[in-house]
Amino acid sequence: MRKAIAAGLLAVGVLATGCSGGDDADSGKVEGEITVLTQRTDIVNTVFQEYKKRFEAKYPDVKVKFEAITDYEGEVRIRMGTKDYGDVLLIPNSVNADQLPAFFEPLGTVDELKDRYRFVRTEQTFDGKVYGLAITGNAQGFVYNKKVWAQAGITAPPKTPEEFLAALKAVKEKTGAIPLYTNYKETWPLGQWEGLRGTITGDPDAVTKLAQDDAPWTAGKEHHVIDSLLFDVVKQGLTEPDPTTTNWEQSKGLLGTGKVATMALGSWSVVQMQAAAPDKADIGYLPFPTQTNGKFHTVVSGDYKNAVNRNSKHKAAARAWVEWFADESNYAVDQGGVPVVLGQQMPATLADLAAADVQYLEFNPAPKGQEGLDGKIGNAAEIALFDGKYRQRIVDAARGAKKESKEDIFADLNKRWKQARATVK
Amino acid sequence: MKKKRIRLTPYLFLAVPLALLIVFTYLPVVSMFGYSVTAWDGLSPTKEFVGGDNYVEIATRPELFGVLKVSLYYIVASAAQTVLALYFAIVLSFDVRFRNLFKGILFFPYLINGVAIGMVFLYFFQPGGTLDTTLRLIGLESLTHQWLGDPDTVNWSLAGTSIWRYLGLNFVLFLGAVQSIPAQVYEAAELDGANRWHQARYIILPGIKPVIGLMVILAVSGSLSVFEIPYIMTGGANGSETFVISAVNMAFKYYKLGLASAMAVVLLLLVLVVTWIQRRVVPEERVDLT
Repeated sequence: MRKAIAAGLLAVGVLATGCSGGDDADSGKVEGEITVLTQRTDIVNTVFQEYKKRFEAKYPDVKVKFEAITDYEGEVRIRMGTKDYGDVLLIPNSVNADQLPAFFEPLGTVDELKDRYRFVRTEQTFDGKVYGLAITGNAQGFVYNKKVWAQAGITAPPKTPEEFLAALKAVKEKTGAIPLYTNYKETWPLGQWEGLRGTITGDPDAVTKLAQDDAPWTAGKEHHVIDSLLFDVVKQGLTEPDPTTTNWEQSKGLLGTGKVATMALGSWSVVQMQAAAPDKADIGYLPFPTQTNGKFHTVVSGDYKNAVNRNSKHKAAARAWVEWFADESNYAVDQGGVPVVLGQQMPATLADLAAADVQYLEFNPAPKGQEGLDGKIGNAAEIALFDGKYRQRIVDAARGAKKESKEDIFADLNKRWKQARATVK
Repeated sequence: MKKKRIRLTPYLFLAVPLALLIVFTYLPVVSMFGYSVTAWDGLSPTKEFVGGDNYVEIATRPELFGVLKVSLYYIVASAAQTVLALYFAIVLSFDVRFRNLFKGILFFPYLINGVAIGMVFLYFFQPGGTLDTTLRLIGLESLTHQWLGDPDTVNWSLAGTSIWRYLGLNFVLFLGAVQSIPAQVYEAAELDGANRWHQARYIILPGIKPVIGLMVILAVSGSLSVFEIPYIMTGGANGSETFVISAVNMAFKYYKLGLASAMAVVLLLLVLVVTWIQRRVVPEERVDLT
């Protein structure tokens, strides 16, 4: 049984070996050929070619070249060990705020940009400087098939986790659909549950407080509420029977056609689910089932941010693309996302949230020196909040594949979180 | 002049594979040792030197080795695989009808890309998939099962996939060894009245002993470092995480490149030790059938 021993082991070694290129002077003019990295392998040859045409019409001295990358997070982070990571790229989520100046060109100060763009106050900023402009924005909650929920007799969004569970139960009994699909096998969809933090308390400082907390999985706190709901949904048999063989691409069709009723995903998913549904109007969006002061809340935050490579030879042209993409490409609206330019209308995909009078909130910036601290603690504790791996463990325990209780897991998470918090500064 | 060229030629032939080996195996291993004494997140331009801290952490965290239990499934599977491969190699070394067809069928899985195999077997094992359907057809409906979802069967399912994939390679290596036994030996044996079983037992098995020894070493070291099939099929979820998967997660999920490199070094040493023990227990001997 000869396994790819070298491949597995040496990946760690090989991937980190870099090289460096020569430096030509940057002319400072909007000209030259720029390489733009994108994660949208699905539309790089269609929608993005249209963008290229429009951009090159406006800036005739610039030539745009795209590089679409399937495993964007993993691959680009490794490429950033070299100088060759495109002229414009999306900042990988795993880059800590304090690492931004080493890799990206500042686009301006927060004060200069905060009245024009969303998300620049808090996200991908460091030391009062902004390093990236979001391509679009997302709200957080559950994407669901309205028709199936209506068949089960539920028309108003549930207000408490108990109501939510009762609704899913009704879906199971009355329609035979899978009430909630976890997409366990792909792992990252479980990481989407992490995006729900802040929606429970409606507190714009929720993330800062998380990083200052020694026991986030204590009853009543946000992580306890979120992960308990996940545990209970699975425990009560309201999810797919075999989570280990789920398939993301297929799951869109399942939700679209009503074989699956609900999934916990950011609002970016609505457009994709609509595309897989016979009737767009079947797909809706639900807030997390908790209310503060009698109102639902959802967090809006930026998707990937376009940024300029610090080593780019055509920084002016690269910058022009970043701004053009935010101001004129119309990408956010076309993708059903929250617009990046302030003052533009909320998308039709979120009409359900407006109808339920859901309050939007954006997180406040972390105190100086604590930017991205929650992520650092999560990694040091080997929890990796946004990865979904630790939530796989919760699903396993809930379905009885692991002999652990919910309390065991939460106690262990609290312990590791506290230990890691003590080491990360 | 002529003499000199002859001496140079072998080195010219060696240069290309050696260059590839050095660039893609030895250099990364050297840098892996380098990373293993740092605390590095894989991105930051500075790597903080921490000496032996990562090794101390590995030694003081027994749960990191807990995943090695999963390798036991693969060791059992590779034992079965070696026996099967040997059986097929011996049977097909005799004059069997369609033997080339069977050889092809057995070797074919090894030629398929590992990712494709992972995908195919995901459909094979999923509820209502190929395996369940087949069981239903032959009236064994009661055996249908969440092959990957049940923590008691997930590792057997994955190890089974692994047998399917690597059997062909073992088989071809055994077959090559079996066929290298000179035909006169068989003729002489037949004259002495030996049947097929006697030939297998007293000629073939002793004749290919070194290859069997090699196979056992490869099987054990392979089982310790299983990666591809479980990583593609389950991502290490549901109790199927192996040591290499946990090292990869350490590096690319938690961004502890230093600790992950140290884990890789430890695994390398572990494999070397196991191999050394095996060599001591079963020393290599030269085989002379003539």
